[in-house]
Amino acid sequence: MATPRLDEGRLDEPRLDSDPFSHYLLDSAYDEMFDAQRRPRPHYQALHELLLGMPADEMRRKKQAADASFLNQGITFTVYGRDEGTERIFPHDLLPRIITRAEWETIERGLAQRVTALNLFLKDIYNEGRCLAAGVVPREMIYSCRHFRRQMRGFAAPKGIYVAVMGTDLVRLPDGRFVVLEDNLRVPSGVSYMLTSRQVMKRTFPELFQRTDVRPIDHYAEALLSTLRALAPEGRPEPNIVLLTPGVYNSAYFEHTFLARQMGIELVEGRDLVVHDNVIYMRTTTGLRRVDVIYRRVDDDFIDPLAFRSDSTLGVTGLFNAYRAGNVTLANALGTGVADDKALYAYVPKLIRYFLGEDPILDNVETYLLTERAERRHVLAHLDQYVVKAVGESGGYGMLIGPHSTAEQREEFRARIEADPRNYIAQPTLMLSRAPCFFDGRVEPRHVDLRPYILCGDKVTIVPGGLTRVALRTGSLVVNSSQGGGSKDTWVLQ
Amino acid sequence: MLSRVADNLYWMSRYLERAEHTARVMGVQLNLMLEQDPRTSSRRWLRTLGALGNSTPVAANQDPFAPAQIYALRQITGGIASARENARQVREQISSEMWEHLNRLFHEVKRIESAGFWTRQPLDFVSTILESSHLFQGVTDSTMNHGEGWQFIQVGRFIERAAATARLLDLYFREFRESLGEAMDSVVHMEWIGLLRSCTAFEAYCKVYTADLRPERVAEFLLLNAEFPHSVRFAADSVQRSLDAINEVASSKRSARVAKMAGRFRAGLIFTPLEEIVTGLAEFFADIQKQCARIHSAIYEVYIAYPIEAAIEA
Repeated sequence: MATPRLDEGRLDEPRLDSDPFSHYLLDSAYDEMFDAQRRPRPHYQALHELLLGMPADEMRRKKQAADASFLNQGITFTVYGRDEGTERIFPHDLLPRIITRAEWETIERGLAQRVTALNLFLKDIYNEGRCLAAGVVPREMIYSCRHFRRQMRGFAAPKGIYVAVMGTDLVRLPDGRFVVLEDNLRVPSGVSYMLTSRQVMKRTFPELFQRTDVRPIDHYAEALLSTLRALAPEGRPEPNIVLLTPGVYNSAYFEHTFLARQMGIELVEGRDLVVHDNVIYMRTTTGLRRVDVIYRRVDDDFIDPLAFRSDSTLGVTGLFNAYRAGNVTLANALGTGVADDKALYAYVPKLIRYFLGEDPILDNVETYLLTERAERRHVLAHLDQYVVKAVGESGGYGMLIGPHSTAEQREEFRARIEADPRNYIAQPTLMLSRAPCFFDGRVEPRHVDLRPYILCGDKVTIVPGGLTRVALRTGSLVVNSSQGGGSKDTWVLQ
Repeated sequence: MLSRVADNLYWMSRYLERAEHTARVMGVQLNLMLEQDPRTSSRRWLRTLGALGNSTPVAANQDPFAPAQIYALRQITGGIASARENARQVREQISSEMWEHLNRLFHEVKRIESAGFWTRQPLDFVSTILESSHLFQGVTDSTMNHGEGWQFIQVGRFIERAAATARLLDLYFREFRESLGEAMDSVVHMEWIGLLRSCTAFEAYCKVYTADLRPERVAEFLLLNAEFPHSVRFAADSVQRSLDAINEVASSKRSARVAKMAGRFRAGLIFTPLEEIVTGLAEFFADIQKQCARIHSAIYEVYIAYPIEAAIEA
C-alpha cells in the first residue's frame, strides 16, 4: 500500500514503496533492459524513465485498453487438443522489446545469408544433389526425413525460390550474442501479431513513440505481395495471387484473413479452387477465374489428396500436377520441410560454407545428433541437463526440457530416443535473455526469443523487427503460444 | 467475388435480419402482455410462435408462453452466432468496423444470456439487439464498398424481411378474418397496433393514414408502400436493385434470369390491383413467400453452387 509521504512531489528520488522495479531481479541470463550493474542500457532509457514516472493505475488502464482492443478485433488463436480451448486472445505484454540498429544489422545480414543458402540447398537436393555427392550432408539424413517429398524430384521451383517466407527463431545468449534456435520453412505464422501489436502499441504509448526512433514495419504486406508477384509463372504479367487457408478452424485463421486483406488478395479455401487441364481456377460469382500464385498456408500433406494424403478434405485435387506443369506457383514450394528438420539444422553452418563460401554470420546452437552413438550415449546419461526435441515437430510440441522434467518423463523420452534416434536431437538448456514485462502494477523480467520474418523473391526483404515471444510464467523457458507464451512488440531503432 | 464469400455475406445478413425481426416481435408481445387479459395470452403466443416460423407443435394443455420465449431466444442468439460465424469466414471481405461491431454484439449477447437477463429483463435485451442491428447496418453502409458483396448483403436482408413480413401479416389476417369488417374493440385495436409495431411501422402508418386503424389499410401499407423500409414493396425494390447490380457484373444469360425473377416479384406488387389482393389475401401472402424462396434458389443455382461444366463451356 502506498502511504502519503512528505517528499511526494520529488521526482528525482524514486519512491521505494511504489517502485515498479522492486520485484525485478537479475540473474545469469542476459537482461535486455539492464546491464550487469543494474543500469538501464542506453536504448531502454526512455522506457525506463516512463515506467518510473507513470502511476501503476495508468499502466493498468493502458493494459486493459490494449487487451480490449485485441478481443474486439478478434485477434485470437486456437489451441489444439483441449475441449474449451477454441478461441483465445493472444496474451500480449505491454512493454516493447527494443533492439539497437547495430544488433539488427547483424541479424539482417545473417538471415539473408541463411535463406539464400537454404534455397540453394533445396534446389540442389531435389535436382542435382551435389551437396549429397560431396558428403556435406549424409544422404540418409535427407531420405529419412518425414518432410522430404520425392514427388518434387527433378522439378525446379520458379527462380530457384523454394522458401519465399521464412520465420527464424533467434535467442540471445548470456554473452549478448543472437543465435539461431530453429528455422520455420513450411508455413511460418505469427506475423499478424507483429503487425497488430504495433498498431495497438501506437495507440497505447504515443508519447514513447515520439521520444524513440522506431523503424516502421507496416510495409510487410506490400513486401510480401511483391515477393509473391515476382514468383508468378512466365507469361502472366498480371498474376492473380490468392492465399490458401485450411479454413476458419485453423489456429492461424485470423492471420490468414489479416494478410489477405492487407494485400488485397482473395482468401480461398480448397473448396473454392478447381483444376481443369492442369490449370487452377477459383469459383466466383462471375464464373471461373484463373489462379497464378498461391500463398499457401496449408501443409504439404493436405494440399492435394491426389498427390499426398488421400484423406485430406482441405486440399485441391490435381493441384500438384498443375504445379509441376508450371501453371501455378506455390509459396512456399512443397518439400521445404526437409530443410527445417531439427537434425538437418545442425548442418546449416556447413551448408552456408559449401554453397556460399562464407562463414555463417549468425551461429547455431550446439546440437547433438542422436543417431551418432557417442553423442547419444552422452545425452542419455545427462538427460536432466538437455532439451530434447522431436525433429519434425514445431510449436513446442514433443519436447523434453531436462532441468524442468520429472524422472518419469525422462524415462519416457529415453525409451523413445532409443527406439527412434533419428527422430530426436538434443541441445543444451539455453538461458534465453530476459526482457521487462508488465504484471499488475509492477515490472518483472521474463524470458524472450525473437522471430523475424524473411521474404525472398527477386531480393531478400526483412522488415525491421519480428515477433518477440515471451514465456509469461515465472522462470519458464517455453515461449510458444500453444504452451502459455505471449508476445510483445519489437522495436528496432533507427 | 468468390462464390463462398457471396454465400457467407448473404447468410450473415439474413441471420441478423432474422434475429432483429424476432427481437422486435417479442418486444411488442411482451409489452402487450403487460396490459392485456391473461386469458387471451395463450392465443397470442401461439400466433407469435407461428409468425416466427416455429414448426414444432405446442401441446393443447401447455401454456405457449414458455415455448415462445425459448424459441425466440434461440432464434436471436442462434441468429447472431450464425451471423458472426459467417462474418468470421469472410473477415477480409467486410470492413474491420463491421467485424468488430458484430463480434462485440456476439460477446455481449453471450454475456447477457448466461446472466439470465432474457427472463429477468427481456425488454432491455430486445432493445440491445435492435439497436445493435441498426447500428450494424449503418456501419455496413458507411464503411463497406457498395460493390458486389454489399449487394449480396442487401439481397439477404430484404429477402428475409419480405418473407417474414408476409408470414406475420398472414397470421394476423387469418386470426382476425371474422372481425375484419366490424368496429374494433380496444383489445383488437391493440393487436393491430402490435402488428404495425412489429414492423416498426406504427409512426410511419399514422403519417400516411392518421391513427385511424383499418386492417385493409394496414395490409396495404405493409405490402405496397414504396417508401417505408419494412414494407414488402420496399424489400422487393431493394432485392431487384441489388440483383440488377450483381447481374451487371456477371452479365450472363443465367444471371439475367435471376434479375428477371426479382423484377417479376416487384411487378406483382406494383401492378396487382388492390381489390384483387384484398379478396385473395391468404394466397397473396403465400405467393410472396413462395417467390422469395424461388429467388433464393435461383441465386444459388447461378452464383453460388453452379456446376463446373456449365462454367467451363461459357
